[in-house]
Amino acid sequence: MAEPPIIELRGITKTFGEGAAAFQALKGVDLTVERGDFLAVMGPSGSGKSTTMNILGCLDQPSGGVFRFLGHEVQSLSKDQRSLLRRRYLGFVFQGFNLLSRTTAAENVELPLVYRGMGRAERHAAALKALDRVGLLPWANHTPAELSGGQQQRVAIARALVTDPEVLLADEPTGNLDSERSVEIMKFMAELNDQGITVLMVTHEPDMADYAKTVVHFKDGLVERIEQSERLALKQGASA
Amino acid sequence: MFGTSLMLAFREIRRHLMRSFLTTLGIIIGVSAVITMVTLGRGVTADIEEQISSLGSNMFFVFPIQGERGQFRPFDERDVDAVREQIAGVKSVAGQVDQNVTAIYNGQDWKTKVEGVSRAFMDARGIKLDQGRLFTDEEESAGANVCIIGPTVVEEMFGAADSPLGERMRLDNVSCQVIGVFASRGNVGGNGDDDNSVFMPLTNVQRRFTGNDNIGYMAVSYDAGYDNKAMIDALVDLLRERRVLLDGQANDFDIVDTAEINETVSNTVGTMTVMVAAIAAISLVVGGVGIMNIMLVSVTERTREIGIRLAIGALASEVRLQFLTEAVVLCCFGGLVGIVLGFVLSASLSAALGFPFVFDPFINVLSFVISALIGIVFGYFPARRASQLDPIEALRHE
Repeated sequence: MAEPPIIELRGITKTFGEGAAAFQALKGVDLTVERGDFLAVMGPSGSGKSTTMNILGCLDQPSGGVFRFLGHEVQSLSKDQRSLLRRRYLGFVFQGFNLLSRTTAAENVELPLVYRGMGRAERHAAALKALDRVGLLPWANHTPAELSGGQQQRVAIARALVTDPEVLLADEPTGNLDSERSVEIMKFMAELNDQGITVLMVTHEPDMADYAKTVVHFKDGLVERIEQSERLALKQGASA
Repeated sequence: MFGTSLMLAFREIRRHLMRSFLTTLGIIIGVSAVITMVTLGRGVTADIEEQISSLGSNMFFVFPIQGERGQFRPFDERDVDAVREQIAGVKSVAGQVDQNVTAIYNGQDWKTKVEGVSRAFMDARGIKLDQGRLFTDEEESAGANVCIIGPTVVEEMFGAADSPLGERMRLDNVSCQVIGVFASRGNVGGNGDDDNSVFMPLTNVQRRFTGNDNIGYMAVSYDAGYDNKAMIDALVDLLRERRVLLDGQANDFDIVDTAEINETVSNTVGTMTVMVAAIAAISLVVGGVGIMNIMLVSVTERTREIGIRLAIGALASEVRLQFLTEAVVLCCFGGLVGIVLGFVLSASLSAALGFPFVFDPFINVLSFVISALIGIVFGYFPARRASQLDPIEALRHE
């Protein structure tokens, strides 16, 4: 029996504002994400990709439709229940890194564990392990201001990884990085995906989308088309 | 979770030490002002109570005042006897008369006053001997030339070196032998030095100084088991009768009850203390508003941090707790500094003003609890605002 999909969106709509000023950002999105997939979401600005990501990240609620995440009907959950879903299953990587300034890399990585009620020593050990995974162990006691952009994004990835999430959500993770650092980060994300983490990424750079397995194109609040990326095609070609 | 909030609060406060200090200044000033005012009030009350108790407790002072037609009729020994015999509950009655004199000893002179008193008077007023002995019955009835001198007189005329006992000194033209020194009785009422005085048997002072058998006032000590109000009524009736005052004529004497003075003064000081402390407490409220203001600024400044925390799964209640804890920790910190400052201020002010320092643990604990409560009350609104931020909006905040 096939495993049920990790994420299922059925007829998702999202309307901002009311009355005459109402704007429908999503007009009925259907999307299924299988466990272990690496999804790149692309589309022009205003196409609804960010709104979709916010809903997938349980940060925002859809106006209509069904959003199943690991068997939970997210659209009917309360704010706190959604917080708990994020805490347990999701890791976030943002375009602007969003690290706490004046807080060391290790402490930033520890942050999600704080809300899991983990003890101090245990937390610190886990943070160092996650930093080691992204190759930043020697920078554990540096603050974001002392790190390069690429390093900061790797700290952010370590923060997302430290809880062993089911799904990693990345919103333009390379948007603030030069091409060399971008490739570095993307390779790392692909590696994580190979280790079994489902990755959802928003990007507008086709080069970055090439690292994904599946590319979803958005247009005018709808999924325009879904295609397999070249990488996956290459991989499948190699294994065939 | 609470431990973590506490740790975060300390870290945040440490990061903005100057701002935290300035923020809590209102609380610090409020707490220290309340504590200083209440402690000083307690000190003043204790001081006054001590002075009043030096008057003697459970006592009436009865003295003549000007009557309606301007007449001034002093009491004499017969009034004293009448009070002693006719008023129930009286333990002892003693008359006193005094006159200013110049004391002369060993070629030096000193302005003082001679007081005609008796053992009963000293007993009633609670005056103790420091050295020597009291008057004997014979000395009191015969009006012997013996005297008991006050500490000021000893200091001014005899110095610290030699005992004045047995020495002869002159008061105006009357020579007397020092048989005792009375212990300092403190200053009552503040006019003049009560220790600058020479006691002689009452009859002697009447005969040799005032030249009549008038007495200045009566000191009546009474049994505490009797109702002082009823005794005053009886005393008034007796004295009006003896002084032949008609109905409708005002009393030409006055009765002062030490118990009543005590009560009145304590009440007055108590009321004043509460009033001043209440005014000081207003600054506590102002301090609370200051805390709220800075916490609101802090929430705005840290919007993105709040967004990150919410995104990685913090519950609204956890964010609220974090900010509430920060406000409470700030206020408690202010409260503690205020208590220390209040202690230093009240101790040094008490010393400077000459009041006893009465440490009141209750007001210290109360001030601390109130500052923590202020943290909760004024920290709640900013904390709630932080917890209700939309994570998406908060993450976009620059």
